[in-house]
Amino acid sequence: MEKLRTIVKEVGLPRIIIMAFLALLIVLAAAYRIPLVPLLGAVMTRTLINGLFVLAMLPAIVSGIGPNFGLPLGILAGLIGLLLAVEWNLTGFTAIFVAMLTSTPLAIVVGAAYGWLLNKVKGSEMMVATYVGFSFVSLMNIGWTLLPYRSPVLRWPIGRGLRVTITVADFFQGVLDGFWDFSVGGFVIPTGLILAFLIPCGIVWLFMRSKTGLAMKAVGDSRQFAEASGLNVDRYRILGAVLSTVIGAIGIVVFSQSFGFIQLYEAPMFMGFAAVAAILIGGASVRRASISNVIVGAILMQALLVIALPVAGKIIVGGIGGVAEITRIIVSNGIILYALAQVGGGD
Amino acid sequence: MGISDYVLELNNISKQYAGNRVLKNVTVKVKPGEIHAVLGENGAGKSTLMNILFGMSVIHTTGGFEGEIMMDGKPISITSPFDAMHLGIGMVHQEFMLIPGFTITENIKINREHTRHNLISRIGGPALKSLDMAKMNKEARQSLDRVGLNIDEWVKVAGLPVGYMQFVEIAREIDKTNIKVLVFDEPTAVLTESEAAKLLDVMRAIANSGIAILFITHRLDEVMSVADQITILRDGEHVRTLLPKETNTFHLAELMVGREVHVVDKGDRTKGSQEIALSIRGLRVLMPGEEVRHVDLDVREGEILGIGGLGGQGKIGIANGIMGLYPARGEVTIRGKKLALNDTRGAYAAGLAFVSEDRRGVGLLLDSSIETNIAFTAMQMRESFLWKLGPISQVNSRKIRVHALKMIKTLDIRCTGPTQLTRRLSGGNQQKVCVARALALDPTILLVSEPTRGIDVGAKKLVMDTLVKLNKELGMTIIMTSSELAELRSICDRIAIVCHGKIEGILAPTDSDVDFGLMMAGDYYKYRGKEA
Repeated sequence: MEKLRTIVKEVGLPRIIIMAFLALLIVLAAAYRIPLVPLLGAVMTRTLINGLFVLAMLPAIVSGIGPNFGLPLGILAGLIGLLLAVEWNLTGFTAIFVAMLTSTPLAIVVGAAYGWLLNKVKGSEMMVATYVGFSFVSLMNIGWTLLPYRSPVLRWPIGRGLRVTITVADFFQGVLDGFWDFSVGGFVIPTGLILAFLIPCGIVWLFMRSKTGLAMKAVGDSRQFAEASGLNVDRYRILGAVLSTVIGAIGIVVFSQSFGFIQLYEAPMFMGFAAVAAILIGGASVRRASISNVIVGAILMQALLVIALPVAGKIIVGGIGGVAEITRIIVSNGIILYALAQVGGGD
Repeated sequence: MGISDYVLELNNISKQYAGNRVLKNVTVKVKPGEIHAVLGENGAGKSTLMNILFGMSVIHTTGGFEGEIMMDGKPISITSPFDAMHLGIGMVHQEFMLIPGFTITENIKINREHTRHNLISRIGGPALKSLDMAKMNKEARQSLDRVGLNIDEWVKVAGLPVGYMQFVEIAREIDKTNIKVLVFDEPTAVLTESEAAKLLDVMRAIANSGIAILFITHRLDEVMSVADQITILRDGEHVRTLLPKETNTFHLAELMVGREVHVVDKGDRTKGSQEIALSIRGLRVLMPGEEVRHVDLDVREGEILGIGGLGGQGKIGIANGIMGLYPARGEVTIRGKKLALNDTRGAYAAGLAFVSEDRRGVGLLLDSSIETNIAFTAMQMRESFLWKLGPISQVNSRKIRVHALKMIKTLDIRCTGPTQLTRRLSGGNQQKVCVARALALDPTILLVSEPTRGIDVGAKKLVMDTLVKLNKELGMTIIMTSSELAELRSICDRIAIVCHGKIEGILAPTDSDVDFGLMMAGDYYKYRGKEA
């Protein structure tokens, strides 16, 4: 009993509940004879391509600005880079790297401005960040119609502005997914994607063990302590915002090459929420987070979403077309709500 | 049981917080119409005694207290501030408890409003009754007149001079019709001299109307001029209760601070090193509650300088100002080199290190390990404990571990190991971690604030011994700020006493209790007639 209690405390009750729910979904999926192997493949891919968004939360939380609800800022920077790669007709790895390299400076500038703004609103970062994200998505709705991209792939054939969804199949779809991939009994291991997630995780892990990383952690832990140790608190918070934004930009490049489409306009609007929910489910609080929270959170979150959809579809047998989709939205938002309500639950 | 002479009796009150006795058998008895002064330094137990009287939750959540409280000869139990209010015990707070946006009348009458029935309240219940402003204003006026405040009762409190607010607060308390005992908690702390004199008059007038007054203070002349009886507390102990005619200011000063001083043997010191290590000129520090107004001070090379004084007088602000933690102005030079103020990084670079009085807030990363805490500042400021390759750095865990283990041994930090979170340590061990963190910087001048606050006796001794050892063996210059005069006197070479944000004077540890008491109360030159 005592041992059980320590385990519960160690893992955290919210995670146990989420895992129980996940187990229930898997049992249901099996009961409804939904083939599990393809589901697991989907869980893996989605975890890996969403993983960087979850990782982007880490520097933000650690530096004390809290979960980065303003993640769309980084995603928008990444989208601009992706569009440039298509505009220049680049393909394969060249396209991916050019997209990352062009979006990074943009993300740094935007992230620094964003960090500066968050320093002005200490204490209510989450709400402000959410609306900064919303505002920029809306601003870029105008931007997408005005930016001088010329490629016919990007532009509407008639009228002005860029398409809502741009297919990248002819350019760089699956470049990372297909890199060094191999198959184990019909189950494909996407080595490239795994590296694209784990290498940034490793870099961030090393960074958190550097002098600067440790200083950033101290700033997030206790502003007073950091100041008394001679650290410039505002500068480290800006650094946290910049890192988060840059990782977000790189994240959307990885995401889009796997997904096969560049989605503009409203698409980035709510991407931040799922990432925040994931890291919280992974055991982070709004003040503390680790790489293991990122990995566990990304897996749990995507597993829930991926498995919940077909199960919901089966339960509502012969339902009207949209019901399964509505159920999926309820489930995914429900998970986000639960994660946010559990803020600090894993301490 | 007959009718008692006393309206309020606190009999043999004892209280301990987590094994730490803060009150020992204190007895205070107050007659109606009497002003009973409770005199003591900070930490003497005055606030704890008042918290018990008002049934504050801090008392009851920490195991309650021993002893009994009687009113009019009958034992009573006070478990919440509401009980105290119903029994007729009122309090004039040190920090004003007034609502700025309300008028004076509204502040005086809040929660005791006079109300009238109206059409809606007859149906909707008493919560909907209308206010009888005319009656409220009239009564507020009467109370204001009693405290001699000639200001219109409909004026908003926001923007009133501080002195006026104090009187409004008093008016609110005496407006309560059942009031029997009124506690004044250091009421003159924020008043000008003329306002303070007026307040003492008002207190006397209130007492003459039959209300008993408990007057909490550390100002000796006020006590002598107004009190009918004086109880002196020291370190939670009831030292003496006397009549003003049995004593004088010097005697009170001695009783207030006097205690046995064990001077630590510092060995054969090369006394008379006149070289100045750190020199302060015209220092002003805006630290809320501990404002430094104008400090000139020279610290000699290799000495232990004590900074003492009562709480709120600004002694804490000096070290915080030098370290750049609060906005400061003035001139600080370290061995002839000017130190840029408001620059913490610069202060560390100049060879200073600081152990903060706010251990849990400023001093520690509570959710990090002991070893991280010890190494952190040195790592950030001196780049120690790091592997470096160009701009890339990595924490050198082994070096940190080795250093932490060494410090744990030297300072006798009681812990489960170097990776234990500092949150889980006791106060004394937390303090040792703070000291270890400062030492990791290899400072030449160490500033230590309240090093023994809230830690047990054994840890206290160890911290003090460590300071002496650092001073003796490494020649480290130490500036120790403390509210515990006895500790300052046991290890310091000289002790500067701060009063009203200025250095009142500098004493040798062997000077008399009377001198220390007078200086801390800011009355030294008034009585000694000397000028600095």
